[in-house]
Amino acid sequence: MALEGVNMSRASDFHVLIIGGGATGAALAHDLALRGFRVTLVERGEVTSGTTGRHHGLLHSGARYAVRDPESARECIEENFILRRIAPDSFELNDGLFVAITEEDEAYLEPFLEGCEACGIPTQVLTREQALQMEPNLNPKVRVAVRVPDGTMDAMRLPLRFLATALSNGAVVRPFTEVVDLLRRNGTVYGARVRNHITGREEDLLADVVVNAAGPWAGRIAAMAGVDVPVRPSPGVLVAVEGRWTNMVINRLHPAGDGDIIVPQRGLSIIGTTSWVVEDPDHLDVPPDHVRRMFEKGAEMVPAVGRARLWAAWSAARPLVGSREASTGRELSRTFKCFDHASEGVEGFVTIVGGKATTARAMAETTADVVCRKVGVSAPCRTREVTLLPHTAYYDLLTTQGF
Amino acid sequence: MRRKFRVFRYKPGWSRHRYETYMVDLPDTATVLEALIRIRRDQAPDLTLRHSCLHGSCGTCGMRINGRERLACLTPVAELPDPITVEPLYNLGVVSDLVVDVPAFYEKFTLIERPLLRRSEAPAQGRPPEGIPAFTRLESCIECGLCLSACPVVATDPYYLGPAALAAAWRLVEEPRGKDPAAILALVDDPHGCWRCHLAMECSEVCPTGVHPAQAIVSLRATLSASPKMLSQEENPTHA
Ligand SMILES: Cc1cc2nc3c(=O)[nH]c(=O)nc-3n(C[C@H](O)[C@H](O)[C@H](O)COP(=O)(O)OP(=O)(O)OC[C@H]3O[C@@H](n4cnc5c(N)ncnc54)[C@H](O)[C@@H]3O)c2cc1C
Ligand code: SF4
Ligand code: SF4
Ligand code: FES
Repeated sequence: MALEGVNMSRASDFHVLIIGGGATGAALAHDLALRGFRVTLVERGEVTSGTTGRHHGLLHSGARYAVRDPESARECIEENFILRRIAPDSFELNDGLFVAITEEDEAYLEPFLEGCEACGIPTQVLTREQALQMEPNLNPKVRVAVRVPDGTMDAMRLPLRFLATALSNGAVVRPFTEVVDLLRRNGTVYGARVRNHITGREEDLLADVVVNAAGPWAGRIAAMAGVDVPVRPSPGVLVAVEGRWTNMVINRLHPAGDGDIIVPQRGLSIIGTTSWVVEDPDHLDVPPDHVRRMFEKGAEMVPAVGRARLWAAWSAARPLVGSREASTGRELSRTFKCFDHASEGVEGFVTIVGGKATTARAMAETTADVVCRKVGVSAPCRTREVTLLPHTAYYDLLTTQGF
Repeated sequence: MRRKFRVFRYKPGWSRHRYETYMVDLPDTATVLEALIRIRRDQAPDLTLRHSCLHGSCGTCGMRINGRERLACLTPVAELPDPITVEPLYNLGVVSDLVVDVPAFYEKFTLIERPLLRRSEAPAQGRPPEGIPAFTRLESCIECGLCLSACPVVATDPYYLGPAALAAAWRLVEEPRGKDPAAILALVDDPHGCWRCHLAMECSEVCPTGVHPAQAIVSLRATLSASPKMLSQEENPTHA
């Protein structure tokens, strides 16, 4: 009979406050709302105005990480297939090519294929002629290419689909609402003080659990609770050039480095990226030498890209999890970490950080499991199956909340 | 470079908007969006604006810059004379500072139900690999609302479907992707639909991604004029 109801708490008894409206916060709002929690998400600007909106737009196959970071690679391929299912009509699904231009690149073929196989990433080796048939603008010096299930996403519109679905399941989303402090009593975080930048008013939002999904700003939010989160803002420069020079995502067949990937999106080709480490994610510059390097390295794979007109150049900060010593950011794992700060003596407070936009759903699943455990609710994750609403539904539903 | 910005400020409850002046030091390559983000960071933390992609793909940073509809992220400051006046888009209603009522844009736009994915046209000679019937890409329209702000008819007729929705309608007629073009044609064949437009081209001039709504409207009209039969056969035309 209803014994379960006696012993177990119900998700709807609990209010979870999510800080940060990027890919991670959006996917988490969706997951928790589906499990039946009361959810409020606050974002200091427009949603996806942090790192998420600025990313490269790659729906990762995981192949980029297959050799050096197999854990990330496995997460990527699994999520890649789930996203194709739950977010139909969201991706340019034209696959990707890893192209070998030099002899040295070609020597990387074997470890690359082995890595992909070990991680469950499907590959197809193509001759020079086959690759050029698919992508006539490739460098004619291409020696061999490997096809992988990469794709292109709209960096904002995929998270909007998570948010739209969360709204339809009762979550509250509050853009332009900044957390200025956490509410604490006896080592427990019980909410946040927020400032509404539209009305100018401050108020206290109470919550049973507060989740810090503030990406590269996560360290700042954690400090409000008196805990240290080893997140390192690691910016990269991206360069968009005019013209769609390929349909497939073009990667250099070699260990991940600077300027080794071109992602087509709409009528643009986007070259990325570089990697360094900063202290403050609100101070990102766009070093001109990085922009030049993107053109040069991009042209090695697709010569026309090097001659194309610059459309835009910008920076975005990765929220990498790692030690405080590294200086370039590349050696840090791309995988994510979820911290239940109870282990440091702070109750009611969880941080989710790292990962990629491609793996946001998995990050949300892990975090929502932690939230369930903390409050003693048993509610299974359903985000692998539920099809997301279209992105346009986000703004339709937001109106009903009096935006 | 040190530049002068005049920024439109408005919050709910104010009797009227006002302009605030900010001086800001910028790198030579800075865009208007970078300038506004710096102004918010260092001088006006309550300044609200929308941004996401920083490269003209999300459509959130549309505003009027020195009187002209532009994406702030694609507008280099170096191109503009001082002072640089920044105002919200027209015709959508102002929520706060540079933030307009975005749901008002989607109210008309979503009537069309145009899929986000389309057939890719470039590079033309590329042949998709086995298993991919045709290369696809995301639609060009980034839903930025610049065309709505520039359109004189949108300003006077609240029922007008507007350039973005009409351009989306034409994309469906051009490439139906399983939808029924006749139903879409019936929807736009309305005094507040494609016949309302003055064809003055303001929309096409400001569109940052080359969607060319005015051309789309001409094409819709031509199609409707050429095939009146097709429409009378449609049993349940839905009207805007
Ligand atoms: C150059 C570059 C390229 C990348 N390319 C790809 C790619 O192609 N594919 C891919 O899958 N991933 C890519 N990534 C990784 C991906 O972008 C990130 O992992 C992901 O977007 C992080 O999302 P998030 O939600 O954790 O962080 P964010 O998107 O940064 O979200 C955190 C949010 O918290 C908000 N916030 C901060 N402080 C507060 C506060 N006090 N109160 C309220 N809100 C606050 C911020 O405004 C921000 O919106 C790339 C990253 C970089 C840097
Ligand atoms: S051409 Fe038509 S839709 Fe475009 S701005 Fe002019 S009146 Fe508006
Ligand atoms: S048609 Fe052009 S101007 Fe209008 S919303 Fe779409 S992208 Fe923006
Ligand atoms: S920020 Fe995306 S279009 Fe300008």
